Amino acid sequence: MQQQLPLDSMLKEQYDTHREELIARDIPTVTNLRDKAFAAFQKSGFPDSSQEKWRNTSIEDLWEDTFEHQIGIMKSDRNVEELFRCEVHNFDTEIVSLLNGWHVKNDGDMRTLPDGVIMGSIQAAMKVYPALFEKHFCQICDENPNGFVSINTAMMQDGVFIYVPDGVVAEKTIQIIKMIDRKEQVFVQTRNLIVLGKNSQLSLMHCDDSINQQSSLVNTVTEIFLDENASLELYKLQNLNDQSGLVNSTFVRQMASSNLKTNTLTFNCGLIRNNITVNLDGAGAHADVLGLYLMDKQQHIDNQIQINHNVAHCTSNELFKGILDDEASAVFNGYIYVARDAQKTNAYQNNNNILLKPTATINTMPFLEIYADDVKCSHGATIGQLDQEAMFYLRSRGIAADNARLLLMYAFAADIINHISIEPLRQRIDDMVKKRLRGELSVCDKCILHCGAPEKQYHFDIDLSKL
Amino acid sequence: MDKNPTNNILDEVTQSEYKFGFFTDIDTEVAPKGLTEDTIRFISAKKEEPEWMLEFRLKAFRHWLTLEQPEWAHVEFPKINYQDIIYYAAPKRKKELESLDEVDPELLDTFNKLGISLDEQKRLTGVAVDAVIDSVSVKTTFQDTLAKHGIIFCSFSEAVRNHPDLVKQYMGSVVPYTDNYFAALNSAVFSDGSFCFIPKGVRCPLELSTYFRINAANTGQFERTLIVAEAGSYVSYMEGCTAPMRDENQLHAAIVEIVAMDEAEVKYSTVQNWYPGDKQGKGGVYNFVTKRGMCKGHHSKISWTQVETGSSITWKYPSCVLMGDHSIGEFYSVAVTNNYQQADTGTKMIHIGKNTRSTIISKGISAGKSNNSYRGLVKILPGATNSRNFSQCDSLLLGDKCGAHTFPYIQAKNESSIIEHEATTSKISEDQLFYCNQRGIDTEKAIGLIVNGYAKEVLNKLPMEFAVEAQKLLSITLEGSVG
Repeated sequence: MQQQLPLDSMLKEQYDTHREELIARDIPTVTNLRDKAFAAFQKSGFPDSSQEKWRNTSIEDLWEDTFEHQIGIMKSDRNVEELFRCEVHNFDTEIVSLLNGWHVKNDGDMRTLPDGVIMGSIQAAMKVYPALFEKHFCQICDENPNGFVSINTAMMQDGVFIYVPDGVVAEKTIQIIKMIDRKEQVFVQTRNLIVLGKNSQLSLMHCDDSINQQSSLVNTVTEIFLDENASLELYKLQNLNDQSGLVNSTFVRQMASSNLKTNTLTFNCGLIRNNITVNLDGAGAHADVLGLYLMDKQQHIDNQIQINHNVAHCTSNELFKGILDDEASAVFNGYIYVARDAQKTNAYQNNNNILLKPTATINTMPFLEIYADDVKCSHGATIGQLDQEAMFYLRSRGIAADNARLLLMYAFAADIINHISIEPLRQRIDDMVKKRLRGELSVCDKCILHCGAPEKQYHFDIDLSKL
Repeated sequence: MDKNPTNNILDEVTQSEYKFGFFTDIDTEVAPKGLTEDTIRFISAKKEEPEWMLEFRLKAFRHWLTLEQPEWAHVEFPKINYQDIIYYAAPKRKKELESLDEVDPELLDTFNKLGISLDEQKRLTGVAVDAVIDSVSVKTTFQDTLAKHGIIFCSFSEAVRNHPDLVKQYMGSVVPYTDNYFAALNSAVFSDGSFCFIPKGVRCPLELSTYFRINAANTGQFERTLIVAEAGSYVSYMEGCTAPMRDENQLHAAIVEIVAMDEAEVKYSTVQNWYPGDKQGKGGVYNFVTKRGMCKGHHSKISWTQVETGSSITWKYPSCVLMGDHSIGEFYSVAVTNNYQQADTGTKMIHIGKNTRSTIISKGISAGKSNNSYRGLVKILPGATNSRNFSQCDSLLLGDKCGAHTFPYIQAKNESSIIEHEATTSKISEDQLFYCNQRGIDTEKAIGLIVNGYAKEVLNKLPMEFAVEAQKLLSITLEGSVG
């Protein structure tokens, strides 16, 4: 069902004509939310560059292409089994996969792991766990969301649902693999809901991949709820082709003493927008929001990180680092909001960038908005190049310019990589960063973590004894 | 200068509210309320301006009509009714003044009260003053001394009359009337201001100073300052301002333009003390100002220093356009807000030339129920290779009802430049207070001491006369905010 209409009009038309089909599998709450969100979308449409938050990221270019958007399941042309042959050496994960935005039913719609963790399709979850679902669905995202979030709620079809019951410590890392594999240019919306009960613990890996070279536009909304004393590690790996657009909105709500650690690693994508909003709603909550972006060609990345300190005694730490080559451009907008009476807040925000070519650009906006006095908030931002003195040091010891550059870039990125606490994953990412910096990492034809090629050690051709 | 300013300050802290809040009853000539082309023609005619000036005003006015008042600043205020403002008010003068004796004694008294003596005795301090009351320049001192060096320092209207070529060449070259809403408004209705021209190679022997005072009720003040420093020259320029206490809000929308040619240096210092409104946030001046300097020549330097203590709303961004290679822009600011004051202030550093450098030091202090924002832009264009910027924006919070915000925008478009930005927000640490208490300094004094120390980096950049004044102001503004 290919239609030659601008995306927003096409979506509006689709909603009007296929509403019955969309809501067929809904519970009533969801239908209500859909209608409300659609009304909001009709009013707002997709954001444009006249809005402050979207000033530096032009999504107008995306609209030049026409996208296919389907209400029904979009099949892949390949063998699904083969696509998800995915593994990291020495790293055992539970995999939940989405293909073109639809949950791949390997083991049924919902499954319960031996340790008690429940995971599966969000479609199924709303009927199996209605109380839990209704309590959190659409409760964590912004009250005044932008057009991308509204349309996602309105047209929501499938996505991942994960529930870690109270007191459960998930044994294995859960890996969400999202792949796009279509001959047409597709617009895909996915919706995830992740709920961690009291005293529970989970580590989660979220991979965005594209398989072929067709352009796609992925609009993902993820809502995460951390109950008291819950702990979540979230790794996001973004490795799409240069034609792809990715709009990723993650909303987190943290209750008392909960702990969040997110690491957003962007290796490749045409246009990428990461909105991360963390609401610290219980005393003692802590959030680490980290990110690394390595962009080249004409890629564009926009990280919008909002951390709301709504109550007292919370801490947050934000660190984003980026290396920009060729004509790549990056935007970073960190926003720390400290509400009135959110005393004893400690918030830190840092953004470091290295530009490699005269044509690369960076816009960084580290904002602070503070209404409480007994707080410690600081931010820093730097833009620069590789340290010439360090370069000279390496060169003077006989290391070729290319290698010296690589080594310094790698050292810059290592700050983020070293924060990854799952060792096999850290090593894997480490390799990927090295590969990426050498320009060897293209979009894998398989999952990002399994590159098809036999294991190969990546190392710098440096005689370390000379250092 | 008192050896121990802190003691003095605290004495003053205990007494004064806004000590410049009096009103002088002088005969004033005003334009009718409201803004139409007729108002502009009226102002222009009053000032006996040439045709080209009127044309400029009308063009600006027509452009202004097409604009909307901007809303992006982190301030809140009711919509301004631009038809309810008097755009021209001048102390009535009967004839051209020859000497100070002929100045209205009431007026002289006003300036004496303000501590700005227009008297020749001020010669000792070596400051040349141009006093602007309501909208009109009243008296410029020391013109003879300055003339000897070829320096032109006079009211803007005089400059239009006597140096039309210079005015035509430079007016609007840094802040065009199309720049923003308030710049367009100012360009349409500006009444007077100061003009300063430093010829090639001259180092101005005096500190130049303008004093602005709003006196009449319901009026807006729209003055315009233009400073041109030719190659190799130097000038230090100071600006001060006060207004009576009134219940209604008064609008002040000024433009300051600076042009610095090759190797010229301009230092511009402001102590802004417009009436901030009362403790309930009633009244006060809206201070919406466009200030910009253009480093046109190579190795030129423009330095802004500001101490912002007054105004109910401050909305100003003294900026530098670093066009010449190796040019330097500096911005040092202390902004204090108390009670219901709101400030959204900062700077813009636009790097265009090669090897340009800029420094931003901003210190915000908020107390009471006020909001204090730093908003700044550092923009490095592709041609500005090897440029350097360092910014530091600190905020100090006194009390749990106020807000302190930082909105830096940093844009780099080449790979050889280095930009560093850092900011902190904190309150006065209990350790510091304890240390002072322990040594017998009471809390009130200790806070005065710490705040002054915190702002020192900026205050040190002020000319001496201003530094003393600024220190006092800092304490007065913060009075009652402690505890």
